[in-house]
Amino acid sequence: MIEVTHLTKAYGPTTAIGDLSFTAQRGEVLGFLGPNGAGKTTTMRILTGFLPPTSGTARVAGFDVVEDSLAVRRRIGYLPENVPLYPEMTVEGYLSYVAALKRLPRARRRQRSEEVVKQCGLEGVERTIVKKLSKGFRQRVGLAQALLHDPEVLIFDEPTVGLDPRQIIEVRQLIRSLAGTHTIVLSTHILPEVEQVCDRVVILSRGRVIAEDTPESLSQRLRGATSIRLRLRGANEADLEALRSVPGVRGLRVSGQRDGVVLVEVEGEPSAEIAEPLARAAVERGLGLRELAPYGMSLEDVFLQLTTGEEDGRGA
Amino acid sequence: MSTTWAIAWREFRSYFVSPIGYVVLALFLLLTGYFYYSSLIEFVNRSLLFDQQAGMMSGDAPKMNINEWVIRPFFFNLSVITLFLVPMITMRLLCEEKKTGTIELLMTSPVTELQVTLGKFLAGFGLYGVMLLGTLPAMVISFVYSRPDLGPILTGYLGLILIAAACLALGTLVSSLTENQIVAGFASFALLLLLWLVHWAEDLTPGPTGSVLSYLSVVRHFEDMSKGVLDTRDVIFYLSLIVCGLFATMRALESGRWRS
Repeated sequence: MIEVTHLTKAYGPTTAIGDLSFTAQRGEVLGFLGPNGAGKTTTMRILTGFLPPTSGTARVAGFDVVEDSLAVRRRIGYLPENVPLYPEMTVEGYLSYVAALKRLPRARRRQRSEEVVKQCGLEGVERTIVKKLSKGFRQRVGLAQALLHDPEVLIFDEPTVGLDPRQIIEVRQLIRSLAGTHTIVLSTHILPEVEQVCDRVVILSRGRVIAEDTPESLSQRLRGATSIRLRLRGANEADLEALRSVPGVRGLRVSGQRDGVVLVEVEGEPSAEIAEPLARAAVERGLGLRELAPYGMSLEDVFLQLTTGEEDGRGA
Repeated sequence: MSTTWAIAWREFRSYFVSPIGYVVLALFLLLTGYFYYSSLIEFVNRSLLFDQQAGMMSGDAPKMNINEWVIRPFFFNLSVITLFLVPMITMRLLCEEKKTGTIELLMTSPVTELQVTLGKFLAGFGLYGVMLLGTLPAMVISFVYSRPDLGPILTGYLGLILIAAACLALGTLVSSLTENQIVAGFASFALLLLLWLVHWAEDLTPGPTGSVLSYLSVVRHFEDMSKGVLDTRDVIFYLSLIVCGLFATMRALESGRWRS
């Protein structure tokens, strides 16, 4: 549905995105993850025909965004980072204006407008002027605007920014409910969002794709090994050496100590079961085992590792 | 076409939710009212004076023509006010959208640049139309108390509409080039003032250069119309300014999508 090949956008000497390639299948939710300035917004602006690429091509629904801009624009709904609202208009008035811009047939306007109002939880504020709405409601009006003409492709630039936790959950559910029938590209820097909402994630850093995969396998790939956190009372160097020699343990490090209780992080070989042998070894040596918990590497850790690794010039 | 109207109608209404529409309208009416009143009083006083003189000399009073004394100067003043007010009408048209980011909605909707340009232009033109309607009471007064010629009034209004449309087209163009309203307002004012006074160059540079510059003067082409003479050359001059301004605006909007 979306095909991007070797896309580059340069602003004078600075390169916003360089040689970007990715695809999104029909019905898929693709997440752009990256720190600020990674090129997420620029990429979305190119996909929506707002900005021209310097080189490379982007095709949406089979149409080139430069050559067939109008055909692309007819098929996308776009929620920009700055929600494009006219503060003096009512929600109703705004939606009917957008309906005209999107060339929605006059007969369907009222019905679609009511549908998106319901979908985005805007009941009761239809006659309120946008200026008086809270940030969360404005964001939802922005979503309503993008959904109004029921486009095949939806592009959301940070759709949950500025919402409260409950609204965030509602918006994520809304996005999930649109998946399957719509192809969705969304950007975010909130990692749990990607895990909950996206089928596939593209991690961008400094305008380049540094990883592209499903959220699960991304974190798995980087996790690689199982890790266990232990809190031990009365452990000395010799005890730690003994734990280190437990089969399957790849590494061990002390990450904190308080009141004689040592916090130890143990990294095991991939697919090695080390929790039970560790517990046995600790008890055999007479240590007070206060806590034993596996901890996985969250997407957050993966993300940090990838993006900071990039900055160190080592890559990931 | 309905998209163009939607853009124009939204913009036109937004004039009246901000102070701009009301301020421009009120000041326009204040100024035109004052100009009309002062020339009308002048006309009445002179007529009385001539009547008295004629009575003393027991002869016929010279005929005073309201078209010449009141209406023509009135149209001329209107054209000058138009020059000052058009930048205020046009300065926000595209600037505001750029500044608030709504341009992103507009340019990512299935809307052509021509529709955007025309919509914005028509909104400004609509506001000017409302302003011109406000001058009709002056005409009504003239017809109630005197017998002016209708012809020069009609060509005068046509001329004003053409001048305003040309200025609005150029103002829209300037507004499409910046996201700062003050820059847009002042730059369009400077541009319009130059086009207004460019005929001064005729005296400074005689020969073909001078006459070309003089031909470009926005106000030169209005003089005949305010006298009731309708010359297609004048009409074509204004129409070509309008088309040029709007075409350039369209290209300026399009240029955002050109590969750099």
